[in-house]
Amino acid sequence: MIVTTTKGDMDDSLLEKREGLVDNDNENTTWVEYWLDRELVHRSAHVRLKKPIVSTSEIGSFPYG
Amino acid sequence: MANAQAMCTSFKTEILNGIHALGTSVVRAGTGADSLKAALYLASASLGAGTTAYSATGEVTGTNYTAGGVAVTNATAPTSSGTTAYWTPSASFTYTTVTLATSFDCVLVYNSTQSNKAISVHTFGAQTITAGTFSLSMPTNDSTNALIRIA
Repeated sequence: MIVTTTKGDMDDSLLEKREGLVDNDNENTTWVEYWLDRELVHRSAHVRLKKPIVSTSEIGSFPYG
Repeated sequence: MANAQAMCTSFKTEILNGIHALGTSVVRAGTGADSLKAALYLASASLGAGTTAYSATGEVTGTNYTAGGVAVTNATAPTSSGTTAYWTPSASFTYTTVTLATSFDCVLVYNSTQSNKAISVHTFGAQTITAGTFSLSMPTNDSTNALIRIA
């Protein structure tokens, strides 16, 4: 597979691949890195947000008296 | 049948659709949906509930990233289920082949039709991108998961 890197497009067989995952209440994130001779040449990340923005609505009451 | 005090669910949806103006509003150019954008911000920035509009201050910079961010695909109108009105962009936010060397952890969704007024701020774990793609995928567009909900 061809990977876009800081050195140009490279075949992934020439690169060291590292992957990671973060999964918590807020997000599910995966990332992939490609390294060439201990230099980071590509890093992508995909974030899936879990926590929506919620606005709760309230209405007031008429005062008595 | 008894009466029940409530905020009408239709009103919540109509707020998202810009139907009501309880204060001074704007003259709209048409009845179409506004154009929205999504901009990324550095982890050192200070966006939050007090953010009123898009600003380049604290925004990420880097190769192939355009100031102001990317257009938000908005193909699904706000709707409601139960007593919750909700809306979610209809596609991921994708920043393709970018290099963003300084860590960022926030995206601002804002209304580029209405003077770049802010809509929402979403945070995530800090990231950097190197000659790669950063994407933010959307939750399911329903009353419990949608990106923006008025409950």
